[in-house]
Amino acid sequence: MNFGLTEEQEVLKTVARRFIEEQTPMTAVREIMESPTGFDEKLWGAMADLGWQGLIVDEAHGGAGLGWVDLVVLLEETGRGLLPSPLISTAVAAAAISEFGTDAQKKRYLPSLADGSAIGTLALLEGNTSPGAESIGLEGKADGAGYRLSGTKRFVHDAGVATLFVVPFRAGGDIKLGLVEANAEGVTARGFATMDQTKRMGDVAFDNTRVAEDAILAGDGSAALARILDLAAVAVTAEMVGAMERDLEITNEYAKDRIQFGRPIGQYQAVKHPLAEMYVDIETSRSLLYFAAWCTQEEPASLPLAAARAKAYASEAFTRIGIDGIQLHGAIGFTAEYDIQLYLKRSKWALPAFGDADYHYARVASLGGY
Amino acid sequence: MDFKLTPEEEAFRDEVRAFVKEHLSEDARKDPNFIGNWLKAVREKRWVGFNWPEEYGGGGGGIMEQVILKEEMSKAGAPPLGTSMMGLQWVGPAIIEYGTEEQKKKFLPDILDSAYQWCTGYSEPGSGSDLASLQCRAVRDGDEYVVNGQKIWTSGAAYSKWIILLTRTDFEVEDRHKGITCLLVEMDSPGVEVRPIKNMAGSSHFAEVFFEDVRVPVENRLGEEGQGWGVTISALAHERSGISEVAGLISQHHQLVELAKRTQKDGKPASEHPGIRARLARADAIIEGMRLNGQRFLTKQLKGEKLSSETSINKLHRAFLAVELGDLALEIQGSASQYAESTNGADGAGGEDEGRWVNGALGWPAVVIGGGTPNIQRNIIAERILGLPKD
Repeated sequence: MNFGLTEEQEVLKTVARRFIEEQTPMTAVREIMESPTGFDEKLWGAMADLGWQGLIVDEAHGGAGLGWVDLVVLLEETGRGLLPSPLISTAVAAAAISEFGTDAQKKRYLPSLADGSAIGTLALLEGNTSPGAESIGLEGKADGAGYRLSGTKRFVHDAGVATLFVVPFRAGGDIKLGLVEANAEGVTARGFATMDQTKRMGDVAFDNTRVAEDAILAGDGSAALARILDLAAVAVTAEMVGAMERDLEITNEYAKDRIQFGRPIGQYQAVKHPLAEMYVDIETSRSLLYFAAWCTQEEPASLPLAAARAKAYASEAFTRIGIDGIQLHGAIGFTAEYDIQLYLKRSKWALPAFGDADYHYARVASLGGY
Repeated sequence: MDFKLTPEEEAFRDEVRAFVKEHLSEDARKDPNFIGNWLKAVREKRWVGFNWPEEYGGGGGGIMEQVILKEEMSKAGAPPLGTSMMGLQWVGPAIIEYGTEEQKKKFLPDILDSAYQWCTGYSEPGSGSDLASLQCRAVRDGDEYVVNGQKIWTSGAAYSKWIILLTRTDFEVEDRHKGITCLLVEMDSPGVEVRPIKNMAGSSHFAEVFFEDVRVPVENRLGEEGQGWGVTISALAHERSGISEVAGLISQHHQLVELAKRTQKDGKPASEHPGIRARLARADAIIEGMRLNGQRFLTKQLKGEKLSSETSINKLHRAFLAVELGDLALEIQGSASQYAESTNGADGAGGEDEGRWVNGALGWPAVVIGGGTPNIQRNIIAERILGLPKD
């Protein structure tokens, strides 16, 4: 029984925090988020130098060969600093190929995802639906030894900068996961302005786009998609926990400094108690998160329930924390100049990402046998 | 990070499982002396006072094994390991930490045998959350203390043989925490009077206790004079660690799910109503969060660090769940929940479940308020962990 980080994980955490504080303080975050693409190639390159994109890719394919607990340690830090980058999207794509790709697919895609020269993402949703195989309508038309896709995937994370899409589609009764390069024929990707400018999303349209048989991930597509979605939920929850913690820190500092009625507002119980609740929510989210991260590799059968509990609980927690963070600041909290509002926006992005609280609580119920 | 048990821990878990299987079998339960047999068997195993020193009859066991024992017992729906609840939960640990050799020899074996009940004399009419303001007075007179004052909300006072009592021995000292002394007092001492208080669920678990010129031998003082606050803090900390509670919550949640499945609401099982499902699932996630928080605290303890204010996290979750689980039972049963006794539902509504959940819906204050109200827990987190200034 050991619910603690290893020495290596502590080092990873420290290095990540220092890098983010030095390279992307909030002034830099704002510059990136206000740029047209919301993407900073130089930053992306520096992250690759640290091995972040390839953290969970095995060493044979140019990665660091680390595990999901390590990735979660890193993502807590990127979430904390609201680091604008397609890191989660790329990690999820890399995980999909690592776990379900053929040898040829791994050889072709993993090294470039790991070194940052490629950006991957999952192109799943087609409308206002929950993230599951059942909501997929895109039909692959058989075309020799492969398929052709026509239709649009929506709300795709980092669609504007991605070079590789993992595209779930239907083929008869089966779900298949196709690997489609952004520059393939008939692919049009378009990024949109988003509420949280640090998290870009967009639509990806396919017009008679060919997916060759050898560009389809191996095995049962439904099972693979379910696993990939659980991993994605864990990744998003990790960034949420980091962001929630920073939100509390900023708000707590403010409560200590701000004087009203002749004393720091943090001395009033009406301010103290919501801050204490934030702490309870964060620590409990973190416990659920790390158990889910541990399950990914050590106890995969327990992952669906663990991931659903973590994402559901953290989604409600971050919603409360995002709002309380602003409210405890008062008017200054919703000025554009003050950083706390960026955390509120992040909480709004995180809520529906890979399933909201309702969706995951419904899963908790089903998986719990009721 | 590793949530797996070691082979030794697994072996111990299997031993506990085999034990409960044997001693809680249907045959064993049919025996009229089932509880007596059970208490004797767990006592012989030295599982009562599992981590207490062996020389006083305890088990001398480790923290991890203790957690496994409690989890397995709770999963199996086992009866408690003794009937002297407060004795086992915090009087015993306080005596182990602060008691004299004579006190340890005198009290610990009796607590382990559940020879009699203990009650706790902390709160007073004017001293609830602000416990350190207590006024119950103890004045030294030769080899005795003379106690005058009143305690309130004293659970089990009517049937307890001993009380662990906080008194004020120094009214002059500037830091009021330093003027408090802990005494162990026999409830049948001349001058002790118990008046039961009925709670809203209709039972009288707690009482007022009055002390008038009660004489207590100095040898029954626990800790030094003026050290009583430290004794209390340590005793409350034992109460707060919370790991053992989680297994109980898991089984309570399981019972609620079963209730929801077998209870018809608007023509279909209550378990198929999305609102009820969501509340059940949220409670499930919080209980699991508590279990994992407990494992994080446990990791700290195993590394030899002391637990401090972070245990208030689970105390807050526990308070929420105490109310929520009771109310969920009401929502599942609807109007059938309102009967305080079973009517065997002639109309098919409620039936065997009628009346069973009244205690759940009304019994929560004992859990929520006992050992520090939720707002006190929030103050603890805000001031001791977040570093916010005191009022």
